Amino acid sequence: MTIYLDHAATAPINDAAIAALTEQVKKLGNASSVHNQGRSVRKDVEDSRHLLSELVGCNPSEIIFTGSGTEANNLAIKGFYWKALEADPRRKVIVTSAFEHHAILDPIEWLVEHEGAEQVLIPITESGTIDLEFLKDLITNRGSEIALISVMHSNNELGSLQPIDQVVKLAGSIPVHTDAVQSFSKVDFNFDKLKLTAATISAHKVGGPLGVAALILERGLDLTPILHGGGQEREIRSGTLNAPAIVSFAAAAKSALENRESNFKKVRELRDYFILQLKKSLPDVVINSVSDPALPGIVNATFPGTESDALLLLLDSEGISASAGSACSAGVPRPSHVLLALGISESDADASLRISIGTTNTKEEIDQVISVFPSVVERARSAFAVSKLA
Amino acid sequence: MKLIAAMSGGVDSAVAAARAVDAGHEVVGVHLALSSNPQKYRSGARGCCTIEDSHDARRAADVIGIPFYIWDMAEEFHDGVVENFLSEYASGRTPNPCLRCNEKIKFAAVLDRAKGLGFDGVITGHYAQMREESDGRLMYRAQDPGKDQSYVLAVLNSEQLAGAHFPLGDTHKEDVRIEAKKRGLYVANKPDSHDICFVPSGDNAGWLRDRLGSEVGAIVDESGSKLGEHKGAYTYTIGQRRGLGLTVPAEGGVPRYVLKIEPKTNTVVVGEHESLAVSKIVGEKPIWCGPMPSANTALRGFAQVRAHGSPLACTYSHDGAEIKVDLDQPLFGLATGQGLVIYDGDRVVGSATVAQTE
Repeated sequence: MTIYLDHAATAPINDAAIAALTEQVKKLGNASSVHNQGRSVRKDVEDSRHLLSELVGCNPSEIIFTGSGTEANNLAIKGFYWKALEADPRRKVIVTSAFEHHAILDPIEWLVEHEGAEQVLIPITESGTIDLEFLKDLITNRGSEIALISVMHSNNELGSLQPIDQVVKLAGSIPVHTDAVQSFSKVDFNFDKLKLTAATISAHKVGGPLGVAALILERGLDLTPILHGGGQEREIRSGTLNAPAIVSFAAAAKSALENRESNFKKVRELRDYFILQLKKSLPDVVINSVSDPALPGIVNATFPGTESDALLLLLDSEGISASAGSACSAGVPRPSHVLLALGISESDADASLRISIGTTNTKEEIDQVISVFPSVVERARSAFAVSKLA
Repeated sequence: MKLIAAMSGGVDSAVAAARAVDAGHEVVGVHLALSSNPQKYRSGARGCCTIEDSHDARRAADVIGIPFYIWDMAEEFHDGVVENFLSEYASGRTPNPCLRCNEKIKFAAVLDRAKGLGFDGVITGHYAQMREESDGRLMYRAQDPGKDQSYVLAVLNSEQLAGAHFPLGDTHKEDVRIEAKKRGLYVANKPDSHDICFVPSGDNAGWLRDRLGSEVGAIVDESGSKLGEHKGAYTYTIGQRRGLGLTVPAEGGVPRYVLKIEPKTNTVVVGEHESLAVSKIVGEKPIWCGPMPSANTALRGFAQVRAHGSPLACTYSHDGAEIKVDLDQPLFGLATGQGLVIYDGDRVVGSATVAQTE
């Protein structure tokens, strides 16, 4: 028996995506070639770009395909910073939230260390959203120094949706980027309606293949590239277009969005059922995740007196896959910076898990998970107690 | 049995884990992260703390087909091993951190956690043999005398040894490498680790100087006459001959050796080779690897004072708090703080920390 409860890490590929991928990989041709094979593949890529643009709510030319969400985020952060600095040397401040993904925080840290940037983190309120008052004051006082504001559309560990429309309003002429990797296809997300400057989406979180993502970038804007070469994507991103992955990405997103409302309802019901049952079987569990407005399937919970790596090992041995905060490059578990930003203590953050439910999960699976949870927590507690005694 | 295999990323622990699986045990691989910043303690790929090593361990676990996790033992390692290493040197003793690591980390913190999680014990790639006998599970030297690691395991008490599994004790190292290759474990040709895993570049003296300072002190002869100066007494080892940098020549050109390190006065005492002779050793804090020998009784056995030192025939006795050893033949140069291990033939009787020599 295996039960997959880590959909926020990566989601199962959907049938439409598999069909599109397996068809396209058989096809010969480089989308940048002028001959008939090249043209044919180019058409497939552009059809997919067009389809995806309708799903995202942007113009087709605003989609820049990349190899990963991390790449798209790096391109946004570094590209906007360098561009802003070129135009005005005072614009050295990059504003982001304290609980962004590392694919945002780390490129900013790199710019701080190597390129003279200044990072300002927007604090997180108790409700799991950014402190808009802080942002308002910051823009009032230092607006002319800000190169970019990047705030995630929804938090990947808490599920909470962020007030991006408010951020855009406050930002005025300052560019706003959002990492919408977790939101796209799960909740309402529309690039044009939000009046964003840039956004990141990724295929494998929406039921598509690994290895393809996109930076949505407002028309006419020119970013300093990270990868130089053939200039395939608006001279902003170079590299042979990964046609099979792109075609599959669009097919996956179409399928996910066609069923968005029913998927949302189903996953959310499972989430609420899971939380209810979990609280019944473990009364001292603390739920950190946000119920609304939020992604439908994220549950973040603290199991006092445990360590998350012990819980994960024990759940894994029962065939249940969940996750904790991020790990460093050597795989050493770290307390989640998201929970720390929320004001949760290091020991409680250490004792927390993220369970992310997806469309393929069932109520029977949730029941199964609930049936083993108390014994897992009990064993994790006894291991923790022993280690603290020593 | 359900066992945790401690996997360093080296060939020995990988083969040990694979053998335990073959023997029918339910095995889970665990790599111990001993530094919160894996590049902090050491760079390069020889030690046990690098990113590459954790990847090697993970790859080995995948090939063997067992689950694999990383356990963060950085705090325990720092407090129990690194701090102890520093404070021992600061007190003028020469500690063996591998002994401490086995005692405090691998067969304490890890074994305790494993038991708490419902496992029966811990497997490592150490070379030593465990035998079930009427007196319980007893530890013996490994078949391969060149690799025997019973010395660094002699700090484990009977309870710890009851949960310790060393599947390589009956095998020679070269055969372990051949077996690794056959099993498709690509770490088969990975070089052995030798130095202290948390000391980058193997420069022990430099590492200590960075942390304990390099206060200048006197180098004196046995009568107390000053012969020269040093930059940090703890960078010297008892028995050391080279690198003393003395300008006053010895009488008759006889070579001089480090005899004593006095941390309080930051003094290094040097003298002739004969002054290094030790025939009596007192060890404190004894640990028994099996049944405790009769107290206050003179017993015959062998003493070993270095990881790859020779066993020295001796008569020993203990009173519960100390082990006293009379060597048949003197040894030359023994620092306090080192591990004293007593053998009965090939069986490990127990160990203590060298407190006094004469």
